[in-house]
Amino acid sequence: MNLNIFQQPRKVFIILFSFFFLFSLWIYAIPLFSNYQKPVKESKSIANGRLVWQKYNCHTCHQLYGLGGYLGPDLTNTYSRNKENETYLKGIIKSGVRQMPKFNLTDDETRELLAFLKDVDASGTADVNSYQPEINGTFSLKK
Amino acid sequence: MKNIGIILVRIALLLLLAGLFFGHLASETYQMTEAKNGVLGFLSLRPLHVSSAYLGIITAGLGFISIVIQKRKNTFLSKLLQYSHLALWVIALIGIFYSYFTGDFGGREYWEFNPIWAVPIFVSFIIFLIYYLYQLGFKEKWNVYQWMWLTGIIFFIFTFIENYLWLFPYFRSHFIADMTLQWKVNGSLVGAVNQIIYGVAFYLMEKISGDNKTSYQKLSFALYFLGLFNLMFNWGHHIYLLPTEKIIHYIAYAVSMTEWILFIRIFYKWNKQIKENKQHYYFFPYRFLMAADYWVIINLGMALLMSIPAINLYTHGTHITVAHAMGTTIGINTMIILAASFYFIKPTFLSKKTLKLNSLFFWSTQLILLTFLISLIGMGIQRALWQVGLKKSTFSQMTQASSLWTLLFIILGTLLMIFMGYFIIYLILKSLKKNQVT
Repeated sequence: MNLNIFQQPRKVFIILFSFFFLFSLWIYAIPLFSNYQKPVKESKSIANGRLVWQKYNCHTCHQLYGLGGYLGPDLTNTYSRNKENETYLKGIIKSGVRQMPKFNLTDDETRELLAFLKDVDASGTADVNSYQPEINGTFSLKK
Repeated sequence: MKNIGIILVRIALLLLLAGLFFGHLASETYQMTEAKNGVLGFLSLRPLHVSSAYLGIITAGLGFISIVIQKRKNTFLSKLLQYSHLALWVIALIGIFYSYFTGDFGGREYWEFNPIWAVPIFVSFIIFLIYYLYQLGFKEKWNVYQWMWLTGIIFFIFTFIENYLWLFPYFRSHFIADMTLQWKVNGSLVGAVNQIIYGVAFYLMEKISGDNKTSYQKLSFALYFLGLFNLMFNWGHHIYLLPTEKIIHYIAYAVSMTEWILFIRIFYKWNKQIKENKQHYYFFPYRFLMAADYWVIINLGMALLMSIPAINLYTHGTHITVAHAMGTTIGINTMIILAASFYFIKPTFLSKKTLKLNSLFFWSTQLILLTFLISLIGMGIQRALWQVGLKKSTFSQMTQASSLWTLLFIILGTLLMIFMGYFIIYLILKSLKKNQVT
């Protein structure tokens, strides 16, 4: 194997970094090509809801799409888990359950957090049973 | 001139000690049935644990680089840059802990502190980059670990900027794009820190073996670029479940599989590895490098399997992922940090009795770490079975069903804190007594 190219680390580094930079730019642009553009007001609520999620450190115990803490359940699809979802979620937030403390969110914060969770729920499913493994090692949504 | 590097190493050791302590307190929450508020609540303890450990590893990396490159130049500008970097870094650390202790959160996972404290971190890294380039200069040919250190510093800066793009509503209001970016950052930041730490390991091996040719060899650079390639493009394996652009998943899958080259190479060089282990075994700093090598095998094996999407589907979101993360941060990064700390602070033991005692602690630590990871995998399997619906129970019932694994995890975590804490306290005390590095 010809490894002479590696005698010029500066060149290889610049080439790789250029590809990485272009890849990064494409990722930043993903929202521009999104099919689903939300109304401005809704979009603002969701963006603020994400801040509420961070302010109260929800990710410390909960996951979204399996990413986050392990003490509590994954909340990706919690919004649509039962019929009275909003009332149920408000109750849990206000009173706490087991290791989860009660949180004193303002009305606006509660509304924005629920808008965020609703948006997360609409984005897809984190239920492992909804997917099937493929022969090439990947997996796809069950039809 | 006062050695700034050793000050950073001492801070790093204190942070690692704090990481162990907060980790122990946080682990106890798993056995509690009621919530705790304030600093002793899980909401504060987990960020305190993670940030202490993560920042400890970064600080140690910067400290070792400083120790190595400080000898090259001793000018007014060198001192100014070093002291400015140290001052900003300390300000950032104080701010971060103040933020956690007062419950002033707002950041993202692993960086939960008030985002204002990201500013001194960012500026201090820019200053460190200037210092690094100034000390090394561009006249001579750089060896592989000097490239690895530069890579780590540059990519830390780049991804750290990305880490705060969420401040713009454009990113925040598109959940999937935002999560994609968040995990691009998390993956690449870990890669950047690994470049710094693995660079330290390469430096140590060069000094221990006395062979300074390997660090200029084409093969060494080829392996470095393989690591860099993975740092840049394999982060997508964290988000296989996230419905982002499919191409990101495919790239991550393909790039992650290139690490089989590293895995196969380890077994190809197995005999040489054993010979080297025997040759340097009694040099105590080497002991930790040897341990890191074996933890690399276990963790790389796990990482390769977990990077296959069809397997990742079942391990993702379970404690199996935590076992991998702990295996990497404790088994690899911390072992290299301990190796380097012993090398610079206390390379030899004068009495056989001390060597014997430390050997006993060393092997006990490795054994405890192994069983600790097994307990996490046990918890992970329980959760994985529940996730696929093989166990029809609520989340709460599932966690109760794995209480034995959880208890084991807490006990072994406590033992790990005691044994690793011993080495860390020992090194801090020795560094203070000697007040200089070798």
